[in-house]
Amino acid sequence: MRSWIDLTGQALDLEKVLDFIARPGEPSVGGVNCFLGITRGETSTTGSSLLALDYESYAEMATAHMHRLAEQAGQRWRILRLALLHRVGRVAVGEPSIVIAVATPHRAEAFDACRWLIDTLKAEVPIWKREVWADGPGDWVEGNPVKTQT
Amino acid sequence: MRVTVKLFAIARQRLGTSELLLELPSGATAGTALDALSLQAPADAGPLLARCALAVNREYVSRQSVLHDGDEVAVIPPVSGG
Repeated sequence: MRSWIDLTGQALDLEKVLDFIARPGEPSVGGVNCFLGITRGETSTTGSSLLALDYESYAEMATAHMHRLAEQAGQRWRILRLALLHRVGRVAVGEPSIVIAVATPHRAEAFDACRWLIDTLKAEVPIWKREVWADGPGDWVEGNPVKTQT
Repeated sequence: MRVTVKLFAIARQRLGTSELLLELPSGATAGTALDALSLQAPADAGPLLARCALAVNREYVSRQSVLHDGDEVAVIPPVSGG
């Protein structure tokens, strides 16, 4: 498996991701699945518009954990190429904050691996986001408590 | 022994700092560190801290995990990546 993992302050370059994931010369690839998470526009109860989300991370741990998720996915499914990129900093409404792309021999594995990666990332990786409204800073988005063995 | 505590997102905001040092007795656990932190935190931060996970040297641990001098203990509020 060849993988590309990054936690970045730069806008995600989807063309580069597609070039990496669907590059010719991988004759075993039969399916590519791609998930994008995008900042969704919202209107508050007071009529204000959401402008963006500000993402913060525990960068060293988040990066290491993203590498671990890629390894675990590679053990569960036959993955030929995997891209897992997450933005930090301000992500405006309509822009992607995360891209996950998986190339596998058959489509079912690509769908399953992609779904598992986004669900597990949202449950485990130390990244947080806070709303930015037109009328000022908002709340931290209610997150998922991380389950650790007791 | 002395450990570094890192705070993120809403925990950083509620406690007003991103990093602090804690002096703990030898044999202290991650849970001990969280208890010591709670004593320094505003009283209304208690429920938030109770919902946080803990990591030591960038690995999630249980509250029972024993700490060592120089460890980096991170307080991880409920995560919202993606």
